[in-house]
Amino acid sequence: MPLFSAKFLARSDTALSTSEHLSGSLSRRQFGLAAAAALAMPSALQAHQNPTITSKGTYDITVDRVRIDTGDFRKTGVGYNNSQFPTVLRFKEGEEVTINVKNNLNETTSIHWHGLILPFRQDGVPGISFNGIPPGETFTYRFPITQAGTYWFHSHSGFQEPDGAYGAIVIEPRGGERVRADRDYVVQLADNHPHSGKKIMRNLKRMPDYYNRSQRTLQTLIKDSRADSLQAALQERGMWGRMRMMPTDIEDVQGFTASINAQSTSQNWTGLFRAGEKVRLRFINASAMTYFDMRIPGLKMTVIQADGNDVKPVKVDELRIAVAETYDVIVQPRENKAYSIIAESVGRTGMVRGTLAPREGMAGAVPAMRPKPLLTMADMGGMMGGMGMEGHVMQNMAGMDHSNMAGMDHSNMAGMDHSNMAGMDHSNMAGMDHSNMGGMTEPSSVDSSYANGSGLIPRAYNGGKFLSYADLTAARPKYKYRKPSRTIELRLTGNMERYIWSINDVKFNDAEPIVLNYGERVRIRFINETMMAHPMHLHGLWSLVDVGKGSRNPIKHTVNVNPAMTVDIDVEVDEPGQWAFHCHLSYHADAGMFRKVVVNGGPA
Amino acid sequence: MQSLKIAGVASLLISTFSAAHAEPLIYGFQAEQFEYRSGDNDEGVFVWDFDFVIGTDELKFVWRSEAEILEGSGDFEGLENQLRLQFPISTFFDGVVGVQASTPDGLPDRYNAVLGLKGLAPGFLEVDADFYLSDHSFFRFEAEYEGLITNRLILTPSIEVTVPLEDDLAYDQASGGATIEAGLRLSYDLVDRSFSPYIGINYEKSFGGTADLIRASGEENGVTSIVFGTRLMF
Repeated sequence: MPLFSAKFLARSDTALSTSEHLSGSLSRRQFGLAAAAALAMPSALQAHQNPTITSKGTYDITVDRVRIDTGDFRKTGVGYNNSQFPTVLRFKEGEEVTINVKNNLNETTSIHWHGLILPFRQDGVPGISFNGIPPGETFTYRFPITQAGTYWFHSHSGFQEPDGAYGAIVIEPRGGERVRADRDYVVQLADNHPHSGKKIMRNLKRMPDYYNRSQRTLQTLIKDSRADSLQAALQERGMWGRMRMMPTDIEDVQGFTASINAQSTSQNWTGLFRAGEKVRLRFINASAMTYFDMRIPGLKMTVIQADGNDVKPVKVDELRIAVAETYDVIVQPRENKAYSIIAESVGRTGMVRGTLAPREGMAGAVPAMRPKPLLTMADMGGMMGGMGMEGHVMQNMAGMDHSNMAGMDHSNMAGMDHSNMAGMDHSNMAGMDHSNMGGMTEPSSVDSSYANGSGLIPRAYNGGKFLSYADLTAARPKYKYRKPSRTIELRLTGNMERYIWSINDVKFNDAEPIVLNYGERVRIRFINETMMAHPMHLHGLWSLVDVGKGSRNPIKHTVNVNPAMTVDIDVEVDEPGQWAFHCHLSYHADAGMFRKVVVNGGPA
Repeated sequence: MQSLKIAGVASLLISTFSAAHAEPLIYGFQAEQFEYRSGDNDEGVFVWDFDFVIGTDELKFVWRSEAEILEGSGDFEGLENQLRLQFPISTFFDGVVGVQASTPDGLPDRYNAVLGLKGLAPGFLEVDADFYLSDHSFFRFEAEYEGLITNRLILTPSIEVTVPLEDDLAYDQASGGATIEAGLRLSYDLVDRSFSPYIGINYEKSFGGTADLIRASGEENGVTSIVFGTRLMF
C-alpha cells in the first residue's frame, strides 16, 4: 500500500502538478485506491480471459459541468472530477480495476476506455456496450488490465468529448517500465472550441464551411496570379469550383484554442527536467477534429510506443498525431534552458506551445505557424472512383483540362517508395501514368501513406526526419502472422456539401452491423474516397496496420487513412461481443461514419 | 393562429424525426436579407427574407418568409410565407415541394403549390428554382455567390428573376413579363456567421407586359435602392 501511494505521488508531478483542483480529486481517488489495495487478494481472480490479476484498485470519477478557461475564452463544458484539467488514471498491468463513475450532468453520459482490451460490456458505448449512465446515477466499471502503455478515456455520449470530457490512462507494465526515463509526463492535446459540440454540428450541417476561415479569397487570387498568371490562377479555381470542392477544406472546425493538458500557449503547461535527464512524453491527441504536427525544436524525439504498444525505437524530428492516436517519445534535453513543445495543427489554423524547463516560470519560444497547406487534385483522387493517380482522375473528370493543372506539384513524386505500398490496391491503377514518376532516386523523404502529390505530405520543421507509419515496427508481435480469411472493403465516403459522412455510402443509422467471426483473422481495407483524412478507430480488437512488415506490423487502435488512399488493417478477432467502429473525428462519427461490429461466436 | 399551426407542425416533425433518428436534429434561422432599402423613388422599404429550417439530412421542413414593408404606412407591400419540404435528389441539389401564401396589404391573397430545386451549382452558385402553381402561376429563379474579399469581408452578388406564367392583373403581372431584382451586398462577419452587417445596392425592374402594367398603375419601373442591414444566422 505505501508502495502504491508512493508511486502514485511520484507520478503526480506530471501533467497534473499545475492543477490544484485536480490534486484534491487525486487524493480522494488515491484513498480509494489505497483502501482497495489493502483488500487485494494475492490469488488470480476469475475474470474474462482469465488474466493473471496481481492487484486491485478502485477509482472514483465524477462527470461534471465545469468552467473551462482556455486563456483565449471561457465557456461551460464537461469535465471529470470537477476540473477542466484531464484526470490521469494510472493502472498496472494485471490490476483489476473498479471504476465508479458518477454522472452529475443532467443528461446521460458514458466513459469509453480508448484502446483498452476488455469485455465489451465495459467498453462504454451507449447503445452498443450498455445503456449509458443516466443523470444522477453511478455506474461501476470493473475489468482486468491486460496490457500496458498510454491510452485515454472519454465520453461516448453526444458531444461531451469535444466539450471537454476526456482524460488520460497510463498503464505500467508488469515488471516496471521497459524504457528507463527520469521523468514521465502526459501531454494530452485538445482543440477547445468556444461553441458547444451541438452548436458546431448544427452549423456544419447547415453550412459546411461555417468554420473554414482559411478559404481562398481575392487576396490569395492576386498573390497566385502574381506568382503564376491570372489566367492560370482563375483556371485552377474554376476547376475546384466546378467540382464544388475547396482545397482549403483540411480542418472542418477552425477557431479552436489548442491546449496541452488543458493549458493553452499563454497558460504554458510546463514539465520540469534536469539537464541530461531522459524525459518520457506521452502524446495523446484528445482533439475532437484536429490532427497536430508535434516537435520540440532542438531535440530529437525517440518514438518508443504508438497507441500503447511498444515499437522499435525510431528517432524523428517531428511527428503527426491523428485524432485519438497516442505516441510515446523519449527526449533528452542537455542544456539548462526552456524547450518548446510545439503542436501545430495540420491545417495551420491553431497551435499550442508547452515548455520543458529546468525550473518553473520559464517559457519556450513560440514560432510562427508555417504556411497553410492546400489540398491538391491528388487528394481528390478517391472521389473520382479508384486511385488518385492522375491518368485515372483525368479520364473521369468532365471539364478538366490537364494543361490547367497549375496547382499540382509533381516534384512531390520524387522519392516515392513502392515497396511500402503493401496496403494499396493495385487493381485500380489501370490509368496510372508511370512516365511522370521519374527521379525516384531521392532518399525516402516522402511518406507513402499520402497520395502522390498530396498537399498534406508533411515535412519536418528542420528538414529532418518526419515519422511515417512505415517507420513503425512492433517491438513484440501480439499475434503470429497468418493470412486473413477474407477482406472487408470499407469505402470511407462523404458529401462535404451536406456534411454527411458514411461508410460505403451508408450512414450508421441505415447500416447493418459488420459481422466478424470469433477466431478469424480478417483484413479490413479502408478506401478513402473523400478529401479528408479519417482516423478510424475499432473498439475492442487491435488494428494491425499493414505496412509490409508481417507480424511486425504496428499494433494500433486508431488508424489514419489519408485522402484518396487505401490502407489495410488485419484484425485478429479474439474478443466476443459487439463493438463500435468509427471515424474518430467527432462530427464525422456523429454524421454517420460509424458502424457496429458484431463478433459471432466465442466464449460467452 | 397561423403561428400556432406552424408550431404544431414543427413539434410533430420534431417528434417524428427524433424517434426515427439518433442523429441530432438540424435546425436554425437564417436571414439572407434583413434590411432597409432607400429607393431613388423616395420610398423607404423594410425588407426581410429568411428561412427557418428544421429536419434531417433526408427531409427538412422550411418556413420561408419574405416581406417588404413600406416606411410610414407600415403596409406590407409584399408578404410571402412558404412551408417547404426539402429532400435530397442529387449530390448537390434538393427537391422542394410546398405551399406558398402571398398576403400583402391591399391586394387579394394568393395561394400556390411550390415545386422546385435548391442547391449548389458548379462555381459555388447557390441556386433556387421554383414553380409556383395555381391559377396565377409563376416561376422564380434565384442565384447568389459569395465572393470572399477576405475571409470575413464578403461581396455577395445576387439575382432573382420572376416570370409570370399567367396574367395576374391585381398584382400587375403579365404572362411572360419578367421582373428582375439584382443586388450587390458587402458584408462583414462581425460575430461568427451569425451577425454580418452589410451595405449594398439593389435594383429592380420589370419587362414586357408586366412593365406596362406597372407604368399603367402609375408606379415607377426600374428602382435602384441603397440598402443596409444584416445577415443573421442562429
